[in-house]
Amino acid sequence: MTARIGVVLFPGSNCEHDVVEAVNALGGDAHIVWHDDRSLGTVDAVVLPGGFAHGDYLRPGALARFSPIMGAVEAFAAGGGPVVGICNGFQVLTEAHLLPGALQKNRGLTFLCTTVEVEVFSDRSVLTSGVEVGSRLRIPINHFEGSYICDQSTLDELRAEGRIILRYVDNPNGSLADIAGIANAAGNVVGLMPHPERAADALFGSTDGRILLGALLRSALAWSAVAAGS
Amino acid sequence: MEGEIHRALGLTDDEAVQIERLLGRQPNHLELAMYSVMWSEHCSYKSSRVHLKRLPTEGQRVLVGPGENAGVVDAGGGLAIALRIESHNHPSAIEPYQGAATGVGGILRDIFTMGARPIALMDPLRFGSPKDPRSRWIATGVISGISGYGNSVGVPTVGGEIVFDECYADNPLVNVLCCGVLPVDRLVLGRASGVGNLAVLLGSTTGRDGIGGVSVLASAGFSDDAGAEEAKRPNVQVGDPFEEKRLIEACLQLLDESLVIGIQDLGGAGLTCATSETASRGGVGMDVDVTAVPRREPGMEPWEVMTSESQERMLAIVTPEACDRVLDVCRSWEVRATVVGRVTESGRLRIVDGWDGKVLADVPAATLHEDAPVYNRAMARPAGLDARQADDPSRLPSPPDVGSDLLALLVDPSWVYRQYDHQLFLNTVVAPGGDAALLRLAGPGVPTPTPDDRRGLALSTDGNARWCSLDPRAGTALVVAESALNVACVGADPVALVNCLNFGNPEHPEVMWQLSEAIDGMADACRALGIPVIGGNVSLYNESRGVDIDPTPVVGTLGLVEHLRRRPPGLNLVDGSSIIMVGAVGSLAAAPSLAGSRWAVELNDHRGGRLPDLDFVLHARLLSLVADLVGDSSGLVDGVHDVSEGGLGLALAEMAVNSGVGFMVRGVVDHAALFGEEPSRVVFSVPDRSLAEVRRRVESAALGFVELGRGFGDRLFIEGLVDVNLAEAVDAWRSWLPAALGVELSTAD
Repeated sequence: MTARIGVVLFPGSNCEHDVVEAVNALGGDAHIVWHDDRSLGTVDAVVLPGGFAHGDYLRPGALARFSPIMGAVEAFAAGGGPVVGICNGFQVLTEAHLLPGALQKNRGLTFLCTTVEVEVFSDRSVLTSGVEVGSRLRIPINHFEGSYICDQSTLDELRAEGRIILRYVDNPNGSLADIAGIANAAGNVVGLMPHPERAADALFGSTDGRILLGALLRSALAWSAVAAGS
Repeated sequence: MEGEIHRALGLTDDEAVQIERLLGRQPNHLELAMYSVMWSEHCSYKSSRVHLKRLPTEGQRVLVGPGENAGVVDAGGGLAIALRIESHNHPSAIEPYQGAATGVGGILRDIFTMGARPIALMDPLRFGSPKDPRSRWIATGVISGISGYGNSVGVPTVGGEIVFDECYADNPLVNVLCCGVLPVDRLVLGRASGVGNLAVLLGSTTGRDGIGGVSVLASAGFSDDAGAEEAKRPNVQVGDPFEEKRLIEACLQLLDESLVIGIQDLGGAGLTCATSETASRGGVGMDVDVTAVPRREPGMEPWEVMTSESQERMLAIVTPEACDRVLDVCRSWEVRATVVGRVTESGRLRIVDGWDGKVLADVPAATLHEDAPVYNRAMARPAGLDARQADDPSRLPSPPDVGSDLLALLVDPSWVYRQYDHQLFLNTVVAPGGDAALLRLAGPGVPTPTPDDRRGLALSTDGNARWCSLDPRAGTALVVAESALNVACVGADPVALVNCLNFGNPEHPEVMWQLSEAIDGMADACRALGIPVIGGNVSLYNESRGVDIDPTPVVGTLGLVEHLRRRPPGLNLVDGSSIIMVGAVGSLAAAPSLAGSRWAVELNDHRGGRLPDLDFVLHARLLSLVADLVGDSSGLVDGVHDVSEGGLGLALAEMAVNSGVGFMVRGVVDHAALFGEEPSRVVFSVPDRSLAEVRRRVESAALGFVELGRGFGDRLFIEGLVDVNLAEAVDAWRSWLPAALGVELSTAD
């Protein structure tokens, strides 16, 4: 079985090719899904890639959440399907209220493209399932609005339910509680600021991103098997 | 001639007379406006063209040389690389963010116009002293503009330079290089052909921004009247990276589907340039309906529409049969597309007020280009130059603390490049901060290579006004040599070069002499090293308050790597490995020249002396040896860095701070041997197991080899000269730029 991964392309997305390449190199079967479609087709997981959907105009993710495809993404997520938002995709997921909180401008008020160390803080998500908690990964970040913020009760909930899945070892952007990635209550919707697809080949530096993408492919197949059986 | 209109538009009286002669009548206002932008220095190269002819432009890999939107070389395997560099100096002086942002936008269009997917940007930047608040404002604004536009448009910025010198105080240099990849068979040229074909305007609406950008702004110096300079602000265009992103995707899809016959970007001189260039290159004419052009605001005059430099626009020439599909593709990317012109057989560019309306302008299309004036301007060697060359910095006293001088030269540019997405497309093998950027040769729309079949491309941008102001000919040759050596240090063979010639006012004979000398130096070096010049840009009138900038030719060198299998070792030391220097290494004992060195100029404000000699034949041997050692699949060397600005001392220090490993070095006689910037030298870190083999290869290439010492411990130790703690060096290196610019260092460091 090959995991079929739909990578949503919004106008202004720019990491879609990279996600497709990294997923395919791991044995997945990724293809681009057009923002203007209302159906995802047959997929076992969905990735909202990085970039600047709709130019990030108004606010990152604020316009993309109204794209026709987002109705299908919400339905897929509601049915338990794995959905991962990377960087701009994370911003879209918070704007769409599929994940709580928001991403605000980095402390220091500059764009940051650099490789950081993150710690896997919970394995209760489709992106970290089977990954050893406490393991440290070197993965690039690439964002201006990556500082996670939410209210205290949400933070308490995230902590209590093991939904903070990745934390920065040395917080680069002022993110609340060093949060680099979170999941929804069911663990099937994940948002993270680091770009695992950029750490998938030794020629370009780290290969630690494969650990996360590999987990996603396994989660996608597992969900697909369950969905087929139900 | 009527009134003074032509002068207000930037045309001389003689030029106005010539236009009248060409037309056989008096031009009307619209026609005059069109000639004024096309005959501007920026568009016509009227002062530099006679000299540019001397550059070597041919080579077996060259598919497209100078004169088109970008140069193109055959990279093998069915792929080609498009390369172009441009300046956006004057707009960035007036409005740093938008000036730099639209510089990025413009260069991208030059690349995808050729059918290439832009995969990398580089930004060589030069600003005034950071002690001056205005220079800091310009520098931080320019960097934000590149970051804001480049990241959002989705093209990685993989390198560049940042240099501070007082001569750029009111006139920063913002050069932008872009590189694209394309299947050879998708190569397209900006030509119109086929009478009856349609000209479709793609992208943004046309507004009043940027009118006269090429003539009023780019082709005149700055005065000391702050009010007058402020008034030029409306000549700076405003960028919209989201529009450009959609335009890139739409245009590449049009080209993939073979829907266009020719395509041309709208840059300087806007619609006038795009319509007349496509028509005259194709030997045809064009009728343009000015009323069809979608406008940003009401009440625009035809001359405003025809000379507007509104950004994010392209002109595609399509057959009537393909037009519907073209409009469909554009609609799917939410890109505006409007038929504004028709190809005619007349050879004339006619601007009409509606297809059946009045003819507003009617000129032979080719006269806007081919008949632009060519000036062979007066040249004179600067009067004080002999005295300057005679004043050698060897007379300067030895520094009391060589170590602290060394620390003062260490600058980490990462505060700048961390603001640029430098990783998109998963191509970046060597990121900014190395000797050259090294990328996998791939990109969206071209087949993804298998891990065993990867090839690479290297890019380096280089300029050095300290050298070129002392001797523009020798200095420019040294710049070319260094740039080629930079790409060799990441394992690549230099195959082509583009240049951006930033000079002062061409009406000053000294500036024309500098330009002519620099071109000769570049021609000599390129010919000797076998590197063709495939494109360029000339930026003149870089002056302010009557003082010209120092001559600053900037080159962008492209290198190729046949087999990209491993990451090159880069600026690295290894504890226990030997440190050697290879090449023209005799100078360690002989007192080398400090002329034009960073040590002399930046630390001692001494700008005299004679530049060191450059042996092209030796340098060519060094280039292939370095690429060979770095690319060796068995890992012969574990660190490499060329010796250039800052000399051997800075090369060693940069390797130490980048790797976190100190060194012990012996045999450097004095500060001149440490800081002198003699060319053709490379430092390697070599593990013991391969030292004999490396030595054998160096000697069989008839190059000098000297053992300097070893990577060791946590000190920078050069016997008798330097003994500095590594942590102190790292701190000096990291903190200089943020401190100079008055910005905070992020905790990500």
